[in-house]
Amino acid sequence: MSNVIGIGASPKRKEDQRFLTGRGNYVSDIKRPGMTAGVFVRSPHGHAVLRGIDKSAALASPGVIAVLTGDDVKADGLGSLPCGWGISDAKGVPMKEPPFPMLAQGKVRFVGDMVAFVVAETPEQADVAAELLAVDYEVLPSVVGVLEAVRPGAPQLFDDVPNNICCDWELGDKAAVESAFKKAAHVAKLSLVNNRLIGNPMEPRAAIAEYEPGTDRFTLWTTSQFPHVVRFLMGALVLNIPQHKLRVVAPDVGGGFGVKQFHYGEEAVITWAARRVKRPIKWVASRSEGYVSDRHGRDHVTEAELALDETGKFLAFRVNTLANMGGYLSTFGPNIPTNLYAPLLGGVYTTPAIYCNVKVVFTNTVPVDAYRGAGRPEATFVLERMVDVAASEMGIDRVEIRRRNMIPKEAYPYQTPVLVQYDSGDPMGCLDGALVAADVKNFGIRKAASASKGKFRGLGYSTYVEACGLAPSRFAGRLGARGGLYESATVRVHPTGQVTVMIGTHNHGQGHETTFAQIVSEKLGVAFENVDIVFGDTDRVQFGMGTYGSRSLVVGGAALSKATDKVIAKGKKIAAHLLEAAEVDIQFEAGKFAVAGTDRVKSFEEIAGAAYVPHNYPLEVLEPGLEEQAYYDPVNFTYPGGCHIAEVEVDPETGTVTLVNYTAVDDVGTVINPMIVEGQLHGGIVQGVGQALFENAVYDEGSGQLLSGSLMDYCMPRADHMPMMNVATHSTLCTHTPMGVKGCGEVGTIGSPAAVINAVVDALSHLGVTHVDMPATPNRIWRLLQNASLPVAAE
Amino acid sequence: MKPFAYHQPARIPDAAKLLTSIEDSKLVAGGMTLIPTIKQRLANPAALIDLSKLGNLSGITDDGATVTIGAMTPHAVVAASELVQTKIPGLSALASMIGDPAVRSRGTIGGSVANNDPAADYPAGVLGLGATIVTSTRQIAADKFFLGLFETALESGEIITAIRFPVPLKAGYAKFKAPASRYALVGVFVAKFADGVRVAVTGAGPGVFRVPPMEASLSENFDPTAVAAIRIDTDGLTSDIHAEADYRAHLVTVMAKRAVEAALS
Ligand SMILES: Cc1cc2nc3c(=O)[nH]c(=O)nc-3n(C[C@H](O)[C@H](O)[C@H](O)COP(=O)(O)OP(=O)(O)OC[C@H]3O[C@@H](n4cnc5c(N)ncnc54)[C@H](O)[C@@H]3O)c2cc1C
Repeated sequence: MSNVIGIGASPKRKEDQRFLTGRGNYVSDIKRPGMTAGVFVRSPHGHAVLRGIDKSAALASPGVIAVLTGDDVKADGLGSLPCGWGISDAKGVPMKEPPFPMLAQGKVRFVGDMVAFVVAETPEQADVAAELLAVDYEVLPSVVGVLEAVRPGAPQLFDDVPNNICCDWELGDKAAVESAFKKAAHVAKLSLVNNRLIGNPMEPRAAIAEYEPGTDRFTLWTTSQFPHVVRFLMGALVLNIPQHKLRVVAPDVGGGFGVKQFHYGEEAVITWAARRVKRPIKWVASRSEGYVSDRHGRDHVTEAELALDETGKFLAFRVNTLANMGGYLSTFGPNIPTNLYAPLLGGVYTTPAIYCNVKVVFTNTVPVDAYRGAGRPEATFVLERMVDVAASEMGIDRVEIRRRNMIPKEAYPYQTPVLVQYDSGDPMGCLDGALVAADVKNFGIRKAASASKGKFRGLGYSTYVEACGLAPSRFAGRLGARGGLYESATVRVHPTGQVTVMIGTHNHGQGHETTFAQIVSEKLGVAFENVDIVFGDTDRVQFGMGTYGSRSLVVGGAALSKATDKVIAKGKKIAAHLLEAAEVDIQFEAGKFAVAGTDRVKSFEEIAGAAYVPHNYPLEVLEPGLEEQAYYDPVNFTYPGGCHIAEVEVDPETGTVTLVNYTAVDDVGTVINPMIVEGQLHGGIVQGVGQALFENAVYDEGSGQLLSGSLMDYCMPRADHMPMMNVATHSTLCTHTPMGVKGCGEVGTIGSPAAVINAVVDALSHLGVTHVDMPATPNRIWRLLQNASLPVAAE
Repeated sequence: MKPFAYHQPARIPDAAKLLTSIEDSKLVAGGMTLIPTIKQRLANPAALIDLSKLGNLSGITDDGATVTIGAMTPHAVVAASELVQTKIPGLSALASMIGDPAVRSRGTIGGSVANNDPAADYPAGVLGLGATIVTSTRQIAADKFFLGLFETALESGEIITAIRFPVPLKAGYAKFKAPASRYALVGVFVAKFADGVRVAVTGAGPGVFRVPPMEASLSENFDPTAVAAIRIDTDGLTSDIHAEADYRAHLVTVMAKRAVEAALS
């Protein structure tokens, strides 16, 4: 049929029409009748006792409608912000889970912690009143680093969380690892920091809440990656609003990267306040406000040791990590540095014994949670740095040591010693492809050319695997998930044969409206332009867990595929009746239902028409209508991975690192839209490069002030930092997802930091440099070279 | 942002009068610095006096020995000016390195010099070239104008109308951009005149400053090697999360060398 654009094609993205012509509909574009403006008053201190709040001056300020504080929350008997994961220590003792009030009560625990909400007629009036709010703080010393936080005598955030340790978590066979270390021919050690990051989606967070007294219904428009989860967490667990009385809408959202996949206190406060003031309220965060309230990412301090035999085979891997949680537990917080981290420490290698201990630590910083990759970039960074360190100490080539330890293609499915079982993969194939694509053969010539200009050139590898498609609910439940992680889709065929899909994932830049339409177009044989994808509205979409963890295509796409299959199955029943044939004889192909071996055919449109105008229709056995729904819960994670090769040039005079070449060969399973996959890889790689070379959220120990509090001080990667990227796929098919897809949203971010830092270390290895912490800024590299006492001639 | 009055005078005396008569009033030129501070409520002026309708404040003229740039001339115009590119290529190069295209087409030389941000580029060019700041009431030598962190010799009610640059034999600017802001982490402007060389450094300390030992050495021999071994003292230099003082001191030497290379190229 004409205009079918199916799997493997790269049509231009449907959604770009509205985005590129300024016709998107973002939360801050929405205006409601009688709308008021809300602003949050946030703690300027990292740690303080809240002695009292005097509202009188703020309330008397022109235009002010309400000033709400933690005491009002308490008086209304509302819950605190729930954590979606409950992890336990080795003895099964549950993590410490202090309450996270939606407005601070008794104490503030980070700069940006919310103290009050001011509602006024205009944003300006709300700002003025917010400045007039008199908050009496008794300032306490702050602790911001994990090493400092667990030291005896450190400031304590919570009375009942000794040493600020939320959970002392572990995974793996400690004894097996210990005995392997005893037999090792070589033990390589590495200490590293995984730098703290700020997500920086282009659109800041925003929300509008409205209460309709006539129906007792609430509507919350919010910049969210998972509106149904917000409805559940906020309605059921915080505000006690019945689910059928609460609509959550996440319209167009300008990027998330994880930052918008949590239930935030702002959402609960504004919804609660809307009922109190009986008018709609809008809040839009400024960029600076986002810096001190959007959940941050990463922030680990790690000691790792790798035991090897004399041939360089990995015998055992031991990792001890301190992970920063910030001031409270965010929605996924404790899950990220544990369940999404340790199970990936096997990487693409056959390491038989692995043990990982993670101390999850509270500090006076913004809560830390998932940021693109979430746990897996941290695991990949530790492992891939470790492999390079071991190779260099043992005098084995870095590619060779990887080959000696890599899981061969034939060994899949492969059970690791850390829970996960990889279903499919070909890391060696990705490595071989990348070596050619990166022209590694001629690297020596390029290095010599750099040297002749006084520059040091280096090459870095990262052969990695990740776990995505979150997540098999049964598995996640065993690990502490308090919810399910399936996805749902409804395929609604209209009487004229056009299709509307309602899906529980959320599109905020990934191109779902295009990718999902391609799946439907291919499977039903309907024109690509005749398929629309609806998401982001709990009143329109049945249910859904949202978009994160590279799950939308893997889990949501699978639900869509299943629902589409059900439409076909029902269509066959209708066709069998209309064509007076047995159902088993009906074949569906390219948009046509045909009786096998005959020329008797009904088009998809005819079947749809019959379903809605059932004059001649098997009403005795079949309901009218053509609309099917499916829920899909995956049986396993998917395991995309690949090989990334970075090439850098270092200017020893200034310490500047320039990324000169970047190659990625990734296994993402079936590729639905190659252009979109390439775009996801590009974006992911840039974010990983950002972590490796530029980005760093820095807090001041003692005061808890965020020193990198704006784009003036927090360095984002920019277009001119990047070379043209050389990106390709080398796919094996996932064995358990309906279409063989593995997901591609995070691979770029997961593979790249290690590749870049390995390249920087390689460039400087002749000076005795064995490790560089991220970000490898000019200042840091220069200092390293000073300590390497290189004669940096400034001639 | 708090409400404020807005005036658009047509004559310099009117602008000066508004500025002195309205308490807490501020001049606005390109607004690239002032508007963000108002939006963040760090500045709350009662009135803004817009300089954009004053005649004659924008444009570049040349009388052979000096190039005069009107205070309201945007950075992009200086960067693209054939006149400046011919007479003082180091200065047009400096203008082309400020911010991004949007900032360069709004931001003005007068605003930048009046603001005297410790990491701004123009102060290095103005001091390095020994320029004269022409105001509504007088002329001020660059050496007497920049008084440290955001401080200048401007008095209240005084308006910069132009900057007069003596044409050097050679001049060059080298800038090491701060990673995030892309202001100068360290910027060095060198200018060679018949009677000697001037070296001005921005970004490294609380205000733009000259480096006499480099000037002496370059006056003897205007070559990168003449500054390569000159280290400046870290005392008084800025340390922050991007760079400690010793790294900034090191960059002053490297950027001085590169500025001389640029001047010679
Ligand atoms: C994103 C961004 C990046 C930037 N990057 C750089 C950079 O790399 N390097 C750099 O040097 N600068 C940079 N800037 C600053 C930019 O160059 C500004 O334009 C400049 O500092 C101020 O010029 P303006 O015309 O915008 O002044 P305004 O913001 O209008 O005014 C600034 C101050 O000067 C006063 N003023 C203005 N004109 C006069 C006058 N004629 N007489 C007396 N007082 C006056 C005003 O009252 C105000 O106090 C950047 C700015 C932005 C927003």
